[in-house]
Amino acid sequence: MQEILRTEKLKKYFGVVSAADGVDLSLERGVLTSIIGPNGAGKTTFINLLTGNILPDSGKVFFDGEEITHLPIHKRVKKGICRSFQIMNIFPKLSVYENLQIPIFSLFNRSLSFFNPLSRHVDVNERVEKLLREIGLFDKKDVLSGTLSHGDQRLLEIALAIAPEPKLLFLDEPTAGMNPVERVKVLENVRRLSKEKQSTFVIVEHDMDIVFSLSDRIVVLHRGQVLADGPPDQIKQNDDVRKVYLGEEVLWEKI
Amino acid sequence: MKPRTIFLIALLLFLLFLPILGGKYILYMVIHILILSVFALGFNLLLGYTGLLSFGQAGFFAVGAYASAKILLVIPSLLIGTLVGTLAGGISALILGYLCIRHTRIYFSMLTLSFGMMVYSLAWKWREVTGGDDGLVGIPRAPLEIPGIFSINMNPMENYYYFVLVVSIVAIFLIYRIVNSPFGLTLKGIRDSENRVAFAGVSIRAYRLLSFVIAGLYAGLAGSFLPPLENTVTPPIAHWTHSAEPVMVTLLGGIHTFSGPIIGSILFYIIKDLIVRFTQYWLIVFGSIVILLVLVFRGGVVVFFSENILPRFIKK
Repeated sequence: MQEILRTEKLKKYFGVVSAADGVDLSLERGVLTSIIGPNGAGKTTFINLLTGNILPDSGKVFFDGEEITHLPIHKRVKKGICRSFQIMNIFPKLSVYENLQIPIFSLFNRSLSFFNPLSRHVDVNERVEKLLREIGLFDKKDVLSGTLSHGDQRLLEIALAIAPEPKLLFLDEPTAGMNPVERVKVLENVRRLSKEKQSTFVIVEHDMDIVFSLSDRIVVLHRGQVLADGPPDQIKQNDDVRKVYLGEEVLWEKI
Repeated sequence: MKPRTIFLIALLLFLLFLPILGGKYILYMVIHILILSVFALGFNLLLGYTGLLSFGQAGFFAVGAYASAKILLVIPSLLIGTLVGTLAGGISALILGYLCIRHTRIYFSMLTLSFGMMVYSLAWKWREVTGGDDGLVGIPRAPLEIPGIFSINMNPMENYYYFVLVVSIVAIFLIYRIVNSPFGLTLKGIRDSENRVAFAGVSIRAYRLLSFVIAGLYAGLAGSFLPPLENTVTPPIAHWTHSAEPVMVTLLGGIHTFSGPIIGSILFYIIKDLIVRFTQYWLIVFGSIVILLVLVFRGGVVVFFSENILPRFIKK
């Protein structure tokens, strides 16, 4: 297995609370990894540290063997890291089509083109349409994205994260707040895309059904530290993990 | 032909024949409307498209006006004066913008306000260069010329009107292309969700700065139209109340429409011209009218007409 991203003693404190407490982790190419943990375990912080939304107090992040610890977000994206957000982060006042045009123009290095109208860039628009078909939003391409249903907005959010064609893609609770039908739709998309695309997916999820059915590898975070790390079967048997999820017993019985 | 094309052609013809139709005063008014339109269109690239409310645009307007005035006093060439004024606006926006765009929302507005007022106090105190409260006087309306090729006398008001009209139309056309280009779309993205744009691989700061510089260039261009028209430049054009003009006309016309600032500018001068005849406290009346219009025409006059009035005449 080839390593795509590695952290070394990554630390981040919010006051006295440790959100990341010396995390050493290596992510491998092509392995669909899930990060789980109880609320406040530091999952989102960990992703924020890797994608550049916040900077660590100490420690290092390497991507493709190159240090990226202090690189600004947009440069990390150009290197091949992207993400979706837990809280909806689309362009609500733009149409679905325009939403996807923004990252694709950037992918084609044409965001600075300021004279020709959008419709002139035929190759970009073809790519946008291809992506719209893949994600199943082609019929709604002219809809103002702020008026889409919640599920469709989540799909668009994922499409926006995929659009820059990242090598490594973080999905932060891709199915948050969805009904079961929408959830299946999103998961099928994630599963298919992780196979078709040349990207490695890392998912943060609360829903254990999803985590155990989808992942090749599960990392359990607790109080900013890696509590357990391994394939789903192994995590299921892990006593420490069970303890952390104490009180969520029912959740585990289900599996 | 589309109704919009017909309307634009009619408007162009009207503006072209205006010197025959109207007197000097009308031309003087239309020049002012064009100046404010160019000024406000640049401003709206920041507000309506990038989501940044600048309260210091008069600073760049003044830099453009003073720079072009200084040039015209030395080199009597309208072309060089306008060019230098425009560039001066852009360069000062580049320097101050570098400091301003690190912040957004109210912090950005406050920073631009204070930088704008810095320009104002410079214009006021730096007597040797700006002439202090006397301003710069005796600025010639220099001929438009390229030595050896052509030279047009700008002294008749019609000629200067045509010069401002043509340059404004080019500027308006350019910014129209900008807001409808990939760059314009990316700016709209920054307005809606800057994080998502960063994750498209775009440097938000660089794009904000670029948008700020373009607004500065437009403010500088608008400013450089003024000295040859009035033959003087005085500090009040750098005052924050002048920065409020593009804010007002843009809100009046509609911030999320391209033509909003232009329509707003036209209304601004029509309303002002009507009130000034009755009272010197025209700003009070004007303010009340603007508040009323903004309340009645939600999203701006342009949006109101294109959504409520026009559809009745044009059947789809």
